[in-house]
Amino acid sequence: MKLVTAIIQPHRTDEVRAALEAAGVKGVTVSEAAGYGRQKGHTEVYRGAEYTVDLVPKARMEVLVDDADAATVTEAIVSAAQTGKIGDGKVWTVTVDDVARVRTGEHGPDAL
Amino acid sequence: MDSGNIAWLLTSASLVLLMTPALALFYGGMSRGKSVLNMMMMSFGAMGVGVLAWITFGYSISAGDTMNDIIGDPFYDFGLADTMASGDAMGIISAGFGATFAIITVALISGSVADRMKFSAWLLFAFLWVIFVYSPVSHWVWGDGFAALLGPDGPLFESLPGPYDFAGGTVVHINAGVAGLVLALLLGVRKGFGKEPMRPHNLPFVMLGAALLWFGWFGFNAGSAFAADGFAATAWVNTTIAAGIGILGWLVVEKIRDGKATSLGAASGVVAGLVAITPACASVDAFGAAIIGLLAGVLSALAVGLKYKFGYDDSLDVVGVHLVSGLWGTLAIGLIANGTINGDAGLFYGGGISLLGVQAAAAAVTIVYSAIATLIIGLALKYTIGLRVSEEVEITGIDLAEHGETAYEEAK
Repeated sequence: MKLVTAIIQPHRTDEVRAALEAAGVKGVTVSEAAGYGRQKGHTEVYRGAEYTVDLVPKARMEVLVDDADAATVTEAIVSAAQTGKIGDGKVWTVTVDDVARVRTGEHGPDAL
Repeated sequence: MDSGNIAWLLTSASLVLLMTPALALFYGGMSRGKSVLNMMMMSFGAMGVGVLAWITFGYSISAGDTMNDIIGDPFYDFGLADTMASGDAMGIISAGFGATFAIITVALISGSVADRMKFSAWLLFAFLWVIFVYSPVSHWVWGDGFAALLGPDGPLFESLPGPYDFAGGTVVHINAGVAGLVLALLLGVRKGFGKEPMRPHNLPFVMLGAALLWFGWFGFNAGSAFAADGFAATAWVNTTIAAGIGILGWLVVEKIRDGKATSLGAASGVVAGLVAITPACASVDAFGAAIIGLLAGVLSALAVGLKYKFGYDDSLDVVGVHLVSGLWGTLAIGLIANGTINGDAGLFYGGGISLLGVQAAAAAVTIVYSAIATLIIGLALKYTIGLRVSEEVEITGIDLAEHGETAYEEAK
């Protein structure tokens, strides 16, 4: 099993969620995040005084999938989140040892 | 007894009272999330001690029988007893109207001390300042039927035109602006001033506050006619023109200097325009009001950067907005008063240079007195109860330390 984590522009969240659904993913966890990559932060000006805002708002989306689906899901996220501008985000995949479904107590791929 | 005039003054006093909670929103939005309650409490605290100061000695010093044109007799009407007993509606509501002016004036000062002044020190300061600074200056300008020190025909300017201050350019805005500068210098800069971002935490609050201030200002300026008459109508229209054009003046500076027209700039432009038209609202025509508003927006937008250059932490720009635009409006009378509405004409309307000189002198007297008297009060408090909270309180947030509350779950 794999955990696919995507840090994306918050305004692409709906498109990515729809793309995941189309790819057969049954569930997703979304949280607000803040950070920066190559785009760095941005500058705001209040009464002429410049302030650098280091951390910019991002959305973090997490999906648990079968090993076989990881590549497809990653591509679905990338194509749905892409705007081509700096600051679009990153998607990564890590191996997961075990997953348990709380309601039934099932473990492993059955719990996905 | 003219019930129309009385009704307008009752309305005006109510409008001016609204300006102080409006200022709490205006300043509160500009402060950081961890100190917004303290910022707003300084305005509400001013309503408390301002009323107390006014009914004890403030009203008497401001409106009492003059003692050598310097101050009104401090024991003229303790507790407003005689005024209230007189049954004279105009006299009674005039005393109330005066209280609302004293309150907003001292509350204006709080913008320069954001995040770092002990609440107890603020309350004591506000009480003493209303009695020893606001009330005497208002006596000079408005006391004893305009015959005192700085009034037209007062002893300082007996054979000269003016000075004119219809609603408080000297008494309110120059006075509060200078006091704000002195207090900011006495307190010192906030930790991280000029290095860390201290961005306004809620700009919608700021805009709501500016809108309510504009509304309340109708009572301030048009109410200062003390009648529902042509002066009141002129003041109302000029007030609106200056505030509206003030927005444009500020935004043009921002667009050129910073690249974007901001909401904080629009709200600030409203206030700058209102401040500048305050002394002049019955002296100029619509064209004059537009010029006053435009230059108020421009000058104050440029002046708010001075604190970084000179290193004083006038946190929310009391100096840049109230002192600078207050001075501009006061001097503008000497330049563009048209002479047909209220008294003498200014330089560009064929009145000669003397009115400008008199306006400048009245402003200078206010600046010097306000600076010295505020310094004395500030120093007395600094070396007795202390003015400033500890560095730890400043970092964790003054709201929690001074008031035992926080405005938001995660405030920074």
